Amino acid sequence: MIPELGHFALILALLLSMAQSAFSFGGAARGSAAWMAAGRSAVVGQFVFVAVAFGALAWSFVERDFSVLYVASNSHSELPLFYRIAAVWGAHEGSLLLWSLILAGWTLAVTGASRSLDAPFRSRVLGFLGLISIGFELFMLATSNPFARLMPAAAEGLDLNPLLQDFALAVHPPILYFGYVGFAVAFAFACATLLEGRLDAAWARWTRPWTLTAWLFLTIGIALGSWWAYYELGWGGWWFWDPVENASFMPWLAGTALIHSLAVTEKRGLFKSWTLLLAISAFSLSLLGTFLVRSGVLISVHAFATDPARGIFILAFLTVVIGGALLMYAWRAPRLKSVAGFEATSRESFVLFNNAFLVAALSLILLGTLYPLFMDALKLGKVSVGPPYFNLVFLVPMLPLLALLGVGMHAAWKRGLLGTLRKRLYAIAGASVAVSIIVGAAAYGAVRPMTTIGFALAIWVMLSALLVPLARLRGRQPLPAATLGMVIAHFGVGLATLGITGVESFKVEKDFALGIGDAASIAGYDFRFAALRDVRGPNYVGVEADVVVSRGGEPVTMLKPQKRRYNSGGNPLSEAGIEVGATRDLFAALGDELGQGRWSLRLQYKPLIRYIWLGAILVALGGLVAALDRRYRLRATAVARHGTVSAAP
Amino acid sequence: MRIPWRFLAPALLFAALAAVLAIGLRMDPNRLPSALIGKPAPEFSLESLGDPGWKVGTADLARQAWVLNVWGTWCPPCRDEHPTLVEIARENRVPMMGLNWRDDRTLALKWLAQLGNPYVSVAYDPEGRTAIDWGVTGAPETFLIDANGIVVKKYVGPMTMDIWQREFVPLLPAAGERR
Repeated sequence: MIPELGHFALILALLLSMAQSAFSFGGAARGSAAWMAAGRSAVVGQFVFVAVAFGALAWSFVERDFSVLYVASNSHSELPLFYRIAAVWGAHEGSLLLWSLILAGWTLAVTGASRSLDAPFRSRVLGFLGLISIGFELFMLATSNPFARLMPAAAEGLDLNPLLQDFALAVHPPILYFGYVGFAVAFAFACATLLEGRLDAAWARWTRPWTLTAWLFLTIGIALGSWWAYYELGWGGWWFWDPVENASFMPWLAGTALIHSLAVTEKRGLFKSWTLLLAISAFSLSLLGTFLVRSGVLISVHAFATDPARGIFILAFLTVVIGGALLMYAWRAPRLKSVAGFEATSRESFVLFNNAFLVAALSLILLGTLYPLFMDALKLGKVSVGPPYFNLVFLVPMLPLLALLGVGMHAAWKRGLLGTLRKRLYAIAGASVAVSIIVGAAAYGAVRPMTTIGFALAIWVMLSALLVPLARLRGRQPLPAATLGMVIAHFGVGLATLGITGVESFKVEKDFALGIGDAASIAGYDFRFAALRDVRGPNYVGVEADVVVSRGGEPVTMLKPQKRRYNSGGNPLSEAGIEVGATRDLFAALGDELGQGRWSLRLQYKPLIRYIWLGAILVALGGLVAALDRRYRLRATAVARHGTVSAAP
Repeated sequence: MRIPWRFLAPALLFAALAAVLAIGLRMDPNRLPSALIGKPAPEFSLESLGDPGWKVGTADLARQAWVLNVWGTWCPPCRDEHPTLVEIARENRVPMMGLNWRDDRTLALKWLAQLGNPYVSVAYDPEGRTAIDWGVTGAPETFLIDANGIVVKKYVGPMTMDIWQREFVPLLPAAGERR
């Protein structure tokens, strides 16, 4: 009964999304306050019914209702409660429901927070958000109903993919979707602007905190995914350029470019059409990512739902949404004129460089992700594009980006340059290179060009970021939250660069075949395979090894890697044993049993790897601090006044 | 109204992308080319799943067309395809050998007892050595070997009656189907 209620609620939610769009667009066109109010009521109703549907599916999981096909396919009677709930979004149908719920939540938030906006504009934003809701709800009901029954009911579920039975991965999809879907807000704002054919600073000011919030969730989501891959997949890597990773990284790059160009549009009224295009792109890439993951056109270790019928639906939806938005852009954007000019060393031109490099990296990653598909479609054979390509096309734009970032933070709007800061920047640049060489030589005994460049850029960005608040405080200037957020985020970028350079330059990864009592050493650490014992978890059995690590005879730590086999079946999974440290991680993963009591053990030494994720957390924190800037709330009221004035004919 | 090309370019690029994606959808990502096609089937002689004292191998089915199906009880798609395999076995056109891959003997025997046994014999490959020789990337995989011991067809993913009829059955006469 409950699943049927959920199904019914989903149908009602679809109807309410249609009402939301129809009344919002119709009300805005006719200038009818009553229609626009009806559109807003539909937003509330839609959220309530999507939430009811989501609750019904969650209830079916909690109650282990294996007569629901989706539950039977993704749960098991022994699955702990936490993972039974996380299993709601463990596969295709439930992910879509979560996506819809988050979209309905964002729409509700926009409705609540946008009272100060010009009424027809506000309605059109809700109208576009409604169109996206319609697409997703229709997609679910037509091809991917999470409430489909299984007759007769299964006696036992097939279980949630054991790889997903992990805390980081349980919370990874909701956070990632918050980011993906959040870009829908900027997208709807851009579409409404294009429809009205006018863009003022208020638009950019309004879009900024929403975009920042979406972007910071996406940042955390990507970092969580990377962290999970590191400790769970057993390979010890932190980024694989897998199509699914790329699918989340491309909207992030577009979003990063967008939050920068929005600043210019807000402060200086420049880059208007470019900013709109980025707003459309960020969400389009989120949708494209969904298509690539869900349709099965690309093969990936992540792909769990591949179905051409779904692919055709998403492609049609994509064509309507993205194609429609881009046509509207082609039609309306030429009217938007940027008025002011700027000098070569002004902040505007640094943001322009930022955008150019980010978009270059994004385009080349998109090309690499789609290239195998493209070759196959043109019958030119099956190819796969590997990490060497992606590393190169990402690195080449990022190096000048980081170099310019250190200067751009200090540049003034409109007119160049820097003034008194120039000397200090020279000093920081010199110090960065010197420290980089010394650190490389002293700590790792090597001075290599790429390592030196990486460390130097990392230190340069971090020191330069710290210079901003120092200069402000010394000059007794205020330090608004937006600026502080910018400093934190850029410092995080530097920290992540430090981590990436360290781990990619000096990591050691080796596989050994060890019997109990045997030892192997890497990077000056001795790893002794001391013992092996059986372990038993709530829904798995396995073995756990004791790997005693020492350095020069001094004990360092004990790693306990596990190899698990889940009761529901499936490939055995490796749980790495990791000792976390400020300067390095020590990593041991248990491989296959090789016979005669010998096991294959993967031992790794990962210098500075923690700073990759710590940097990402700071980047997200910076976004949060900036999004909370009082300015956005204060100006919002000012916009309201301005909005009413400009709405008058 | 004239639209400057730089404003139209994003829409055109997207149209091209959508066209490629539409073509991509028509293709089956499971249809990977196999290095084995047209090459002699890698020989093996392994313990029988049901009787550790009995050897099962490529020699048993020489001089006739036969099918090798790679499976394991840990593989949910294998469960999906199993009824199809049973149905194919009932047609009795071509013998099917099972390669039980990285599995547990007891579980595998229980599975066959419960779901039916479509195989003339099942080779037990707990370490997956033979599967590596055959270039198996994931279960289930199904191979067709002709009377000369040449691999003529490989399918990755759960077998369906549709795929069997469309992609395997037409190859059977040329492969030296047992009459």
